[in-house]
This record gives sequence, structure tokens and C-alpha cells, in this order.
Amino acid sequence: MTAVQQQDIIDYALRLGDDSLVLGHRVSEWTSNGPFLEEDIALSNVALDFIGRARMFYTYAADLMGEGKTEDDLAYLRDERQYQNFLINELPRGDFAFTIVRQLFVDVFNSHFLPLLCQSKDETLAAIAAKSEKETRYHLRRSRDWTIRLGDGTEESKQRMLNALDELWGYTPEMFEPDALEQRLAEAGIGVDTASIKDAWLRDVSAILNQATLPVPDAEWAIRGGRTGYHTEHLSHLLSVMQSVHRAYPGCQW
Amino acid sequence: MQQIPTITPEKRAKQARRHNSSCPELWDLLDEVKDPEIPVLSLWDIGILKDIEKSESGVCVTITPTYSGCPAMDEIKEDIVAQLNQHGYEQVQVKTVLSPSWTTDDMTDEGQDALRAYGIAPPKDAPQGCIKKQTPMANVKCPHCGSTNTVRISEFGSTSCKSLFKCNDCHEPFDFFKNI
Repeated sequence: MTAVQQQDIIDYALRLGDDSLVLGHRVSEWTSNGPFLEEDIALSNVALDFIGRARMFYTYAADLMGEGKTEDDLAYLRDERQYQNFLINELPRGDFAFTIVRQLFVDVFNSHFLPLLCQSKDETLAAIAAKSEKETRYHLRRSRDWTIRLGDGTEESKQRMLNALDELWGYTPEMFEPDALEQRLAEAGIGVDTASIKDAWLRDVSAILNQATLPVPDAEWAIRGGRTGYHTEHLSHLLSVMQSVHRAYPGCQW
Repeated sequence: MQQIPTITPEKRAKQARRHNSSCPELWDLLDEVKDPEIPVLSLWDIGILKDIEKSESGVCVTITPTYSGCPAMDEIKEDIVAQLNQHGYEQVQVKTVLSPSWTTDDMTDEGQDALRAYGIAPPKDAPQGCIKKQTPMANVKCPHCGSTNTVRISEFGSTSCKSLFKCNDCHEPFDFFKNI
């Protein structure tokens, strides 16, 4: 591995870790607030899977960085502009419909992204992907079932799903716009060319929305910036909550 | 027709590592370390324990996590170190590997039986013919009464590795250890 490539892999592992941690934190906000017990447990489990993923990506990035860095330094001691997660992951959890639609979009994305990352020439990235892919399969089964149940449900549940689609659709293009770093890594057989999975994503999401009797939005607005460190106003609030204990008591252990 | 049980190449390799190990006593010692959330399962039974190496510089234990976010992993590491320390091995390192990723196939047959006796339906009690690596919707054998007239309540149970079922005959709810 050349030095240049190693820095790329560190950056890549970090942004994949950021995607997982930020979404995991958002989903964990449902813990003890779920609409009923089974769903409370399901959301907490999904949150744990994402936070576990983040730990694996951060641990790998920290190992490559050396200098005694740990996963905790990367999760707790970086600021908003250093985070490079997709914006869709940091939006407040909203109502249950909003959370379900976001999970649907992310789970379908992961169901195409992770199998490709499994083929990475980087063994660690491939191993993390192989582990996560299995979990994504049942995350997706659940977000699909809920989308259909709520979309084809009551007048209110349908309206809430329509609202969520309307609010979230413009955050999805960002997922399929690889920047220079991602293109370099895709060409080297290490990263995934996310532009190549856009059609499959749209096909799957459309099929599920059809089944849910929900329209596929045709909104033309798109918001992007997460991969360059430009975020919505929500990320810094999230970080201030998530990092407060570690920043007040540096190095604390449970 | 009786089915001939088959095991995966990874599981076979792992069994060979234990069988041919130069330090069998350490494997036996670690059989005493149980999953903190399912105390009838040893680390070996659940398939977390991959390898043990003893050298002059100490003992190195290799494990693999079940689920990415399993909160028991940290405790398991501490328990391994404590167990070996107690038996005079002072230098203990616990290494985590991710590949090949853990699957329910890595569990031992004895472990699956112990799970059932403990009240958790093991993966092998899923109905025949159900799609491999998917949690069935129904007909998992009830660990309490043995009926297969059961139905899934939720794919997500009290821990990442379990899903929740109920039995229509004895009316008891029960956990099923998810097939992944």
C-alpha cells in the first residue's frame, strides 16, 4: 500500500464510520420511545448494528493512523466539519413514518453497496462489509414491511408516509455521487462506485413504494455536502449531545 | 430419509485447530467461559472462539464477534483474560478477527441442544425447507412443548441474536436464535 493510498483508505473508513455512527445515534433516540415494545426493541437492535459497524470502521481507521489513536478519539473528538456522513443520516428522527422511510432508503442503498464492498481488495473493509451485509438483509425486510403496512394503511399513516417521502427524497441523490476520493478507490478495486448502484436502488425503492401504494417522488431538488464536511444545522446538535460526556471527562470509561 | 449432517469448511478447519492444538488444556479452560447473556453456551459452543496459541511471550486467543453491535463482546474479552489469569497465565492477548464472518453454522450441535433445554429455540429447530439465513415466519419448534404450531411475533428479540415467537398450543412466548 502506498502512503497516498493509505490516507485514502483512512478517509474512506472514516466516512463509512460516520454514516453508521450518526444514523445509529439517531435511531437509538427511539430507545424507550418506540411506538410499542417490539418496535422499541427492533429499533434499538438496528441502532446497535449501526453503532457496531461504526466501531469496526473507526477501529480500522485508527489502526492505520497509528500514533495510539483509538475509535473513541474518532467518534468523540472530531468536530462537525470533520464528519463526512451523508446528510440524510443526520436529520432528526421525525415521526415513525419519517424514520421508516429513511431506513428504507438507507437499507436499500446498503443492500447494493455492501455486497460490492465485500469484493474490496482491502481485506478489512471486505470483512466489515461481509459482517454488515447479513444484518442489512433483515433490516431491509423490516423497513420494507413497515413501508407497505403504513403506505397501504390508514389515511393518517399514508399521509405521514407521503410527508416523509416529500421531505427525504432530495437527500438521496448525494448517495450516488462519488467524489474524487471514492472514484480513486473504486478504480483501485478498494472502494465502491456508488454511481453504479443508483439504477438498482431506484428500481428496488420504486417496487416497494408501488406495493405500498405510494408514488415515487419526482422532486427535482437535491441537497448535498455531507462528504465535504458541510452539514445541516442538525449535526452539531447531535454531536454536542453524543460527545458531551467524553468531552467533559476525557478518556472516561464506563 | 435420514439426512447426512454436513458442516462448513470453516467449521471443519476450526475443529481441526482445536483437535491438533499444542495447548488442549487452554481450550478446556475456556470452555468454562460462557456467553454472559446465554450462560448455558460456552464460547466454543457459540462459535466465537477461533484459535488459541501459546508461546513464550504468552497466550493469544482469537475470537470473532457474532453481531457487529453485540454489547457482550467486551465482557467476553474480559472474562477470557480473567479466566486465564486465574489459572496462572499472566500474559493474555485477545485478538478479534472479522473474517470469515460468524454464522449460526459455527455453533456446535451440543450448544444448540443446550439452548433448547434453556428455553431458546436453536437454529436447527427452524422448519425444514425454510430459506436459509432467514428468520422463518412460523413453525419453529417450541422449546417448551415441542409443537411446531408457532408464529413469529417480531424478528427482533431481547438481543441481536434472537427473535420473538409464540406457541399457539402451549401459549408460551419463546425466543428463537436467529439463523444468519
